[in-house]
Amino acid sequence: MWVWLLKRIGQVLPTLFILSILIFGLQQLMPGDPALILAGEERGDPQVLAQIRAELRLDRPIYEQYLYWIGNVLTGDFGFSWRIRMPVSQLILDKLPVTAQLAAMSFIIAVLIGVPAGIISAVKRDRPADWVANGVALFGISTPNFWLGIMMILFFSVELGWLPPSGYVPLTEDFWQSIATTIMPAFVLGTGVASVLMRHTRAAMLTALSQDYVRTARAKGLRERVVVWKHALRNALIPVVTLGAIEFGRLLAGAVLTEQVFTIPGFGKLIVDAVFNRDYPVVQGVVLATALIFVLLSLVADLLYMAINPRLRQA
Amino acid sequence: MLGILDAISFRAEAGKTLAIVGESGCGKSVASLAIMGLLPENAEVSGSARLMGRDLLGMSTEERRALRGAEMAMIFQEPMTSLNPAFTAGEQVAEALRLHQRLDHDAAFKAAVAMLEKVRIPDAARRARQYPHQLSGGMRQRVMIAIALACRPKLLIADEPTTALDVTVQAQILALLDDLKRETGTAVILITHDLGVVADHADDVVVMYAGRVAEQARAADLFARPEHPYTVGLLGAAPAAGVRGERLASIEGTVPDLRAPPPGCRFAPRCPFAVARCAEGAPPLAEVAPGHFSACLRAPLDAMLGVAA
Repeated sequence: MWVWLLKRIGQVLPTLFILSILIFGLQQLMPGDPALILAGEERGDPQVLAQIRAELRLDRPIYEQYLYWIGNVLTGDFGFSWRIRMPVSQLILDKLPVTAQLAAMSFIIAVLIGVPAGIISAVKRDRPADWVANGVALFGISTPNFWLGIMMILFFSVELGWLPPSGYVPLTEDFWQSIATTIMPAFVLGTGVASVLMRHTRAAMLTALSQDYVRTARAKGLRERVVVWKHALRNALIPVVTLGAIEFGRLLAGAVLTEQVFTIPGFGKLIVDAVFNRDYPVVQGVVLATALIFVLLSLVADLLYMAINPRLRQA
Repeated sequence: MLGILDAISFRAEAGKTLAIVGESGCGKSVASLAIMGLLPENAEVSGSARLMGRDLLGMSTEERRALRGAEMAMIFQEPMTSLNPAFTAGEQVAEALRLHQRLDHDAAFKAAVAMLEKVRIPDAARRARQYPHQLSGGMRQRVMIAIALACRPKLLIADEPTTALDVTVQAQILALLDDLKRETGTAVILITHDLGVVADHADDVVVMYAGRVAEQARAADLFARPEHPYTVGLLGAAPAAGVRGERLASIEGTVPDLRAPPPGCRFAPRCPFAVARCAEGAPPLAEVAPGHFSACLRAPLDAMLGVAA
């Protein structure tokens, strides 16, 4: 078990290293010169530009810039935002709770809708309940989030006036107000993930229900409810858990469009603003942080996988 | 759904073993699943199946479910896949006890361990906490038998219980079934294609061919005086221990397609004794000797067997 964990972490490190190079390299391809943007009014003065470049080390070779950045990251220093003049780590820590709250709410909605819908549609295969679930799931997958978000704002905020159309109140400030500001974006994001979960749960349940052990469970005289929700589901969940962790990671990476539509100040908004402003340290820091979250989540997924799949436990 | 089975009638007695014999695809398993009520929903079953006088086919699915595992139980051909990989062996036995005997969690687990001991699993207390993938095939089939017999059912259907196992393990499992049957008075329906198994373990035999009963008799009578050409063929095709170098007899042709069965006797196209009227109508199952039934127009076969052999 501990050996396995160490091995797994050993695999993670090279992944993160390659990612850091990718992140650093890709943004060099972005058009636009950060020095020009930062110089603002004085962009005509070559001396100012040279000064800015020297300050930000933009005049050094790329590998030197990379080594400087990654060296600092390893000591926990993500650098300063060029634009907002704040430590990048501070920005990340500010935005992370917002995105985490949104991701958690979306994920709960997704699991509560997606998993039961998948089970029911597998049990009622090729019957009306299955058609309805599949139709709704198809709608969920193919509807653009921003469109659904705008429709929800129109209906619940403009038409009915039940919910605030945009903005964000932190959980610590006012619990219910916080939920009110995030429930619509969470629903928008959650239904998309629910559709994916539903389709995978359905497929996994169909496989499980055709297995010999399900026949054994029926031969024991177990009620159909127990056969489905205990014997089949326990096995069907194994692939769904992995998928769930990946989907949760995607939610945590921030939802650019949805956060934009609801003006939620999370990771998505932070990264879009940083890209537009060529604020390299912020882009690098946020993307690296997301990558780290992703990698950690897949580790958690593997641990969960072992917990529910006894065949892997003693290996 | 195809008209797979036709006019089958048999009776299993307490403490005895009834063997149902036939080649693959003849409907042995379908018949047993029909008794258990485990056929898919689109299967149509008509007729009657009685357990202790109660009509199984007439009762509601819920009533039948309550009988499954309690009064009638079944073990299957595939021990490797018939246990749920996500639960321990002990839990899978205990589950039946909690359901049918209303035992609480701890009592059921204790009873499950006792049951595992009874099916001669060594170190049962430790094995009960293990998962199926940690057990051998023979061990898993013992767990299946423990599940099936946990609630002392009146009827146990064993569908090719040893086909997937090593020969030495096969003998152990069948001996175990014999002992448990004697001890508990459970009636056993043993589905098999292995006549050697039938000779050693069955009291009565039903020979099936293409969804119909060909012959039905006490085991001793069937082996001494087979009264259906198909049974004769089967006996010729079964290798006997000690006889070497002799070519096994085989039955010419193949099992008919049940979507378009031949008219009349379904065995007629492969039968060395067939005559014109065999193709005219399905031969009735007639009593050719006391307790010995054959669905052959030409039975008793004594006279012809001398010639054919």
